[in-house]
Amino acid sequence: MPAPDLAVLARRAALVARLRSLVPGEGVIADEVGLRAYDCDGLTAYRQVPLAVVLPERTEQVSAVLRFCQSEGVKVVPRGAGTGLSGGALPLTDGIVLGLGKFNRILEVDAANRCAVVQPGVTNLSVSQAAAPHGLYYAPDPSSQIACTIGGNVAENSGGVHCLKYGVTATNLLGVELVLMDGTVVRLGGKAGDAGGYDLLGVVTGSEGLLGVVTEATVRLLPAPATARALLLGFTTSADAARCVAAVIAAGIVPAGMEMMDKPAIDATEAFCHPGYPMDAGAILIVELDGHAVEVDELVERVATIARDGGATTVRASADEDERLLFWKGRKSAFPAVGRITPDYLCMDGTIPRARVAEVLERMTALAAARGLRVANVFHAGDGNLHPLILYDANEPGQLEAAEALGADILKLCVEVGGVLTGEHGVGIEKRDLMGTMFSDADLAQQQRLKCAFDPDGLANPGKVFPTLHRCAELGRMHVHEGQLKFAHLPRF
Amino acid sequence: MAALNPADAHEVRAIVGEAMAAGATLAVEGGGSKRGLGRPVAATHTLSLVRLDGIIDYAPSELVLTARAGTALSVIEALLAQHGQHLAFEPPDTSAQLGPGAPTLGGLVACNLAGPRRLRAGACRDHVLGIEAVTGFAEIVKAGGKVVKNVTGYDLPKLFAGSFGTLGVMTAITMKVLPRPEKTRTVLVFGLDGAAAGSLMIELARGPLDVSALAYVPRAVAARSAVGYVAGAGSSVLAARLEGPPRSVLARTEAARARLGAHAPVEELHGHNSAALWREIGFGALLAAPASRPVWRLGVPPADGAAALRALEQAGAEGYLDAAGGTLWAAAEEPVPVHDLAARHGGTAMLVRAPAEARARMPVFAPQAPALAALERRVKQAFDPKGVFEPGRRVEGV
Repeated sequence: MPAPDLAVLARRAALVARLRSLVPGEGVIADEVGLRAYDCDGLTAYRQVPLAVVLPERTEQVSAVLRFCQSEGVKVVPRGAGTGLSGGALPLTDGIVLGLGKFNRILEVDAANRCAVVQPGVTNLSVSQAAAPHGLYYAPDPSSQIACTIGGNVAENSGGVHCLKYGVTATNLLGVELVLMDGTVVRLGGKAGDAGGYDLLGVVTGSEGLLGVVTEATVRLLPAPATARALLLGFTTSADAARCVAAVIAAGIVPAGMEMMDKPAIDATEAFCHPGYPMDAGAILIVELDGHAVEVDELVERVATIARDGGATTVRASADEDERLLFWKGRKSAFPAVGRITPDYLCMDGTIPRARVAEVLERMTALAAARGLRVANVFHAGDGNLHPLILYDANEPGQLEAAEALGADILKLCVEVGGVLTGEHGVGIEKRDLMGTMFSDADLAQQQRLKCAFDPDGLANPGKVFPTLHRCAELGRMHVHEGQLKFAHLPRF
Repeated sequence: MAALNPADAHEVRAIVGEAMAAGATLAVEGGGSKRGLGRPVAATHTLSLVRLDGIIDYAPSELVLTARAGTALSVIEALLAQHGQHLAFEPPDTSAQLGPGAPTLGGLVACNLAGPRRLRAGACRDHVLGIEAVTGFAEIVKAGGKVVKNVTGYDLPKLFAGSFGTLGVMTAITMKVLPRPEKTRTVLVFGLDGAAAGSLMIELARGPLDVSALAYVPRAVAARSAVGYVAGAGSSVLAARLEGPPRSVLARTEAARARLGAHAPVEELHGHNSAALWREIGFGALLAAPASRPVWRLGVPPADGAAALRALEQAGAEGYLDAAGGTLWAAAEEPVPVHDLAARHGGTAMLVRAPAEARARMPVFAPQAPALAALERRVKQAFDPKGVFEPGRRVEGV
């Protein structure tokens, strides 16, 4: 992490007093016990008590706090519900945590325009609940949707099991109100499309709190599908299941969701909540089809045929809603189920081309064995988004380090086969030092120049995403390539 | 003006470096089909990407295609069609408005153009997964990836989509592709007034029929259609498109006819007629004549579409609605204050076609709040500090 600014630490009492004047009442936490509650996010292996926690309630307060922090050179770590898995909300000792938990209102459900205007501290699930009476819902559905907030979803560009058909947060976000580090408030996008101008909304989505603070979001609502049915498919090996995934896509079918679990994950969930998964299977797929009843029935038949042709040992189509939910029950409790068979686990998040899934799973098993560890796999097979769960025991000396090393091995493997480091959890601190395996220095310098346009002093969530921090002035001077490469056959200026 | 025809990203980089050293500026061009879009550019040189041509990677079961930026769109669409796939955002045919020229992938992405299926499939920017580009630092950078789900680093592919070439020269682009619908039907409803059509479109877009395109064309505009059923109707036409597996399309078409037939006479378009109508709707072709008349595209909250159309008509313009009311195409002579009118309805407008002289004089893009305009200037600086690319294309003097 960046070296702590000792001058800021020395002025802590004065800074806290000023912050209290900006956000009065219960809006500033500065006591040891209160700060402990904010010392980590969902990546609990890393902890740090912040300088202070500030909990504003209005956009003007966010603006005033950021302007103050910029003028005082104080770093800011934005935070939603703290469910993130990459350490994006890990505090800094010399920085404040800006918690958006009090921005918890749904401002408007605009059914005619198929959108909702919400504050960033609203939970993901509550948006769909508010939209349900209108026959609408919010499509991105990360596993943590009961707790995670829209602001965090925007920061991480969260997905979920249904993004194969309905897209990730970026696809379903129409606009935001964004506060920059200098306190400026800008509106990007909104209820109308084609706003013109640069797609800054697209850049802010998935920017992990490094560009500014979102204080309002307008999200797209979709008509609730008339029908949904799921297939439970069992295969002898993960490779057979992976081939079935590719065959379904190649047949022109894009299911609402297509999830895979391997043998260790099947065993753990069957013991945990008895969803009735086939115990003779080396891997299962849950394939959900939704839409008009006629279409769903037709596609269920087609997927079942593809699965049988691909050697499926179990093919069950849900006959009713209860059975569909039972198929999903195991998948949705897979993480806690795995938590019961191991003292600790690390959840990874790479995305790879579908065609390489079987190969990567096989090589992953070998990589785990080489480090003396085991891996359970529960993941979004339809879009190649892997979630290997690395099982370890933090009380055994050396196991956390081995698990982290295996995590790095796996993510490097994802990049090697043409994939990426993270599909939906974000880079944060967890994958920061692996960025160089995917991007060149020039790639990363350009990304940081973009950050400079939003945050010239580098105070918004520094130490995350980028392995090396550069000053903006230094990045702007890099005109090193002019005239370096001469192509004699090209016309001259 | 010398022709600059680089054959790969390294040559593009060399040219950009030399342009920077020489104080030259570059207009970047593929097939030239969209040169008339945006503000007129006064660049010292034109950089042509026609030699940056060819598909780099395409595996149908990955639903991903990577091509060099100068690849003709027709080549990409033909290859995808062979494998039963397509670019789902429905790249629009701009030729009726902007004239001839073979569109390229790079030009399409740079202008972020999508057709009627945008209602359901999203905009072009939602389908751009990765890019390689040469920046105004004369560096080759890549961003994004070749997979659908990716949050590794900032989403520069989206930033370049719709940047009109002002941030850098895209040299290769990875697109998300999707299966083509197996069957298509378009249901027409005749004779509705704007308000009734607006309500009906809101209902259909919210409903369970999974409509992939929804447009409303007033009588005078419909009369110019090349599709006989539309031109000969002698009334306004509301069009709703249903796509998907055959049995599903037939069932939904029947349901749509039952619902819509209660309001007014209905008709059904198949195959060629359906495709021809949506091609006309996709980029304002129904308003293309006379060529002297400026044509605008407005983006408004869909529920405001019908009211915005009425306001435009009252101001002397004519137009029609696409995207369930969210997109409004209008042909309006100069005194019509289209930007103001769009803003009053919660949206923005873009001047799509006008002579270069008019595009230099009239605001092509919607005016921006000062704080946002300042941020955009800093973003431009972060990619092109010397202002090498497309001077004036988006903002006068930038």
